[in-house]
Order: sequence, then C-alpha cells, then structure tokens
Amino acid sequence: MSELTLTARQIRYTNKAFWRNPAAAFFTFVFPLMFLVIFATLLGSGTVTLESGREFNQSTYYVASMAVFSVITACYTNLAIGVTFQRDAGILKRTRGTPLPGSAYLGARVIHVMIMSILLVVICAAFGWLFYDADLPTGMSLVRSIIVVLVGSASFAALGLALTPAIPNADAAPPIVNATILPLLFISGIFFPVGPDAPQWIETLSDIFPVRHLVDAFLGSFYGPPLFAFSWRDVGIVAAWGLAGLIVATRYFSWEPRR
Amino acid sequence: MSDRAIEVTGLRKTYGDLEAVAGIDLTVDVGEVFALLGPNGAGKTTTVEILEGYRQRTAGDVSVLGLDPAGRARALRERVGIVLQSTGVDPYLTVRETVSLYASYYPSPRDVDEVVELVGLAGKRDTRVLKLSGGQQRRLDVAIALAGDAELLFLDEPTTGFDPGARRNAWEIVRNLSDIGKTVFLTTHYMDEAQNLANRVAVIAHGTIVAEGPPGSLAGRDRMKTRIRFRLPPGAPEPERAPHRLPDGSYEIRADQEETTKLVHDLTAWALESGFVLDALEVTPPTLEDVYLELTASEDVTA
Repeated sequence: MSELTLTARQIRYTNKAFWRNPAAAFFTFVFPLMFLVIFATLLGSGTVTLESGREFNQSTYYVASMAVFSVITACYTNLAIGVTFQRDAGILKRTRGTPLPGSAYLGARVIHVMIMSILLVVICAAFGWLFYDADLPTGMSLVRSIIVVLVGSASFAALGLALTPAIPNADAAPPIVNATILPLLFISGIFFPVGPDAPQWIETLSDIFPVRHLVDAFLGSFYGPPLFAFSWRDVGIVAAWGLAGLIVATRYFSWEPRR
Repeated sequence: MSDRAIEVTGLRKTYGDLEAVAGIDLTVDVGEVFALLGPNGAGKTTTVEILEGYRQRTAGDVSVLGLDPAGRARALRERVGIVLQSTGVDPYLTVRETVSLYASYYPSPRDVDEVVELVGLAGKRDTRVLKLSGGQQRRLDVAIALAGDAELLFLDEPTTGFDPGARRNAWEIVRNLSDIGKTVFLTTHYMDEAQNLANRVAVIAHGTIVAEGPPGSLAGRDRMKTRIRFRLPPGAPEPERAPHRLPDGSYEIRADQEETTKLVHDLTAWALESGFVLDALEVTPPTLEDVYLELTASEDVTA
C-alpha cells in the first residue's frame, strides 16, 4: 500500500476523532471568532497608526490578526498538546509497532491541522467581510495569502512537534505550550498592533521569533499595499523557523510515553 | 525458510550500570506458544520490547522471522502483531473504526467484524473507546493485534486486569491462534496462564533464564514430590509412615510421584481399619507455581 493512501486514510480518521472531541473543536474554532468579536467590539472603532504612518481601521486589522491567531492555535498549541497526550496514552507507541510509517502518521496530523488552518482563515475572512467591512484578497493577493497560510501552518505545526520532546508529560503540556507562545502573541501584534512607539527591545525580540513575521506576511498578502507592505523576507523567516522545527522534531521526537 | 520464529543468543541490555537482561538464549519454533514467565522487574518487558523492535540491545544476536528487529523493517512489522503492556487508542473512535484503522495498515488483514466478534466486543462495535471498561479496552488491544492477521504475536501480559471469565475467553483466543499455526510469544506472571497456554515456558529472574522447558517438566517439576495432606481426629495414633506435622495441626507426607498411588492406598486402608476419618484429605501434585516460587525465591535471596 502506498504511503499516500495510508496518509490519506489517516487524515480521515484524525479528522473524525478531532470533531468528536468537543474541547478541541471548540477551542480551535470558536475561540478565534469569539476573540475577534470581543476585540472588534471593544477596540474596533479606533484606528491604528502603522509604522508607515498610515491609519487603519482596527476591526479590519483584527480580522487578519485573529486569522493568524487561529492558525497558530490549531497548528502549534493544539498539535503540541494533542501529540503529547497521544504519546503519554501510548497511542504513538502502538502505532510505531504497526507497518504504518511514522512519517505517514505525523504527516497526517500535520496535513490535518493545515487543512483546519485554511478552513479557519476562510471563516475569519468571511466573518470579517460580513461584519467588519474587511476586503477579501483577489488575484495575486489571494495567491500570496494562500502561500502564507500554507507556509505558516506547516511551520508552526513543525514547531509544535519540535516542542513535544521538551514536554515531560501530558499534564505539563498545556502550561508549557502556552508559556512558549503567549508572550510572543502579545509582543507580535496578535492582540493589539505594535505601533511605532513600541520600545526597541520589544521590536528586536519580536523580530527574532516567527509570530510577528507571520502576522506581517498575512497582513501584507491579505490587504496588500498601500496599507501593508508584503515582504517575502517575512515568509522566509517563518519558513526558516519551520525548517528548524522540522530538524529538531526529526532528531528528538519521542514515540514512547515518558515515565 | 527456517522453522524457527525467534532465535536469541547472548542477549544483553544494560541501562547505565543496571543490567536488565544479562545474557539470555531463547528459541521459539513456528506454531509454538511460548511463555516468558517472571516477576515484575525480571527483564520480561525489556526482552519482549527488544524482540518487537522498540528497544536496541546492548549485545547478542536476535532474529525474528529471519530478520533483525533492531532494523525496524516494515516487512517485519507487517508479519508481527503486538499487544503492549499499556497502550491507548484514540478515545473518540468506535471499536469498529479503531480495529478497521489498524487493520488497514496491513497488507492482508482479517475481517474486521470477525475480529471484533472473536474478542467478544460485537455488542460494543459502535461504542466509542472512551466508554469501554478496562477489561473491554484490553480486549480491544488484543483485537488490534489480531487485525493484521500477523503470523507472530507478541502478547505482553495480555490478561492483566481481566475477570476470570474474560481470561478464559482470552485463553481460548490464544489457543485458536495456535491451532491455525500462529506463533505466540507471551509474557505473564500468572502461573496458570503459562500452564494452560504454553508449549514451552522460560522462567526469567534478574535478567537471566533460570529454567526452561515444557510446563509439565519445567525445572524437574516431574521429579518433585507430591504433597499428601490430611487431618486426624483427636486421640488417633499416627500412621506407620511418620508424617510431618504442620503448624495448623494437619499432617503432610511428601512422596515421589510414582509412589503416590500406593501411599494413598495404604493410608486410607489404615484409616478404614482403625475406624478413623481422614479429614480434609488432599493430594497435590507439584504445581508450576511451586517450581516458579522456588526458582524466583532463591534468586531473591542472592539479590
């Protein structure tokens, strides 16, 4: 049997199990939309002054930033926690004893969260278009947006897998995963735009990590100039982090429960 | 193609200073049910996980179905079914979905419904794993191992946590497997399980095999003495052949197995003649448990 067929079947089962787990489905799909409504309602009437000096309606901004937030939640947070739980429950070890190649198993998990990411971005965009006057990308902008979502989701999924060897057990998974991602979300313009007045060290820090670059790349591709500049450099930095994640995951990934 | 399913020589596994497996030799023939018996921490699971390809050995030669399990070849995994000591499955899939998912990994799987039926979960076919009891989940573990129709099955303590009825059923499944020519490598700490299922038993203690053979003659069990026990009514004299008096007031005679019939005859004849009743008369041939306790107890003393 080809690895492709096995992976495809594995994706179907992963998807089935995903939707039957109410907590995972809720956090992945309802949370970002809830945040979008909250942020847009509380802060959305204002305008954002961007580094370029341009002003921008804040609710439209949140449509894009919450789309990125939902991608990171689905790919990084949920995957890292979910895989750690599966590892500790012995599911990974059992799978390891079957003819299914490990790459097909993990590949299916990654592709599944990438599909979920696309779905989430479409939902956020449709929601924003309906309620917050967000423009939808067309033509080259659309192509770029799709590339950004694919690169972003794959990279953050790889980073999620790369983190799992550092998580000692399933109980520790949620706090560790959140501790690694929440501060970055705050300094990277997910919950509020980081304007030109931000101190230099925040600027430097957010420039090192991939979250801000994914936000910038998505804003740039989704809305495009003149509001936001799109730069392949942002996409490249996200991809580089993803590649590093893949290398770490390949080297250190553990299939057996830690005891 | 050799008729050896498993061949192990000089297998060693050390974790730092700890020697978990200290040089063991094993062979398991095709079609045989082989039981590795031992107390917890004796090296059972380390050994079986080396054979399954989960662990790398420190030294020795290992061949499973003619291949080295350390290479983790897919061709080998397609021919082997595994029940691990503790494993989970996705709690949100149903019994049938779970078995059919694992069956789909193998080139020529068994019929899914047949396997579910075989382990006695037909009534739970569409129940999510989440809602199964511990014993039912263990039966699902067995179903998953059978799903691929593998020729060699590793069962690591397959009936731990089963109620007596479920254990009998599990034994029946293992017997059926051996009837259709499958090879079974079993680890257990239940004596009766090894006795009932295995063609051959190896007792492992502190990382070495301390005895090996068919359960009937393991470690001279066939040469061990039979125990005859009884109570005497108050005031009765002791029989000719002086029995050993136990702390609870009953008497015990240990006899060679070929001598047993005559001894019981003499004893009961004597009691009838004297008009006594031999209360709680019992004749116990040496059990595998006696052998096992003897073997592992002596090991504990040296430890």
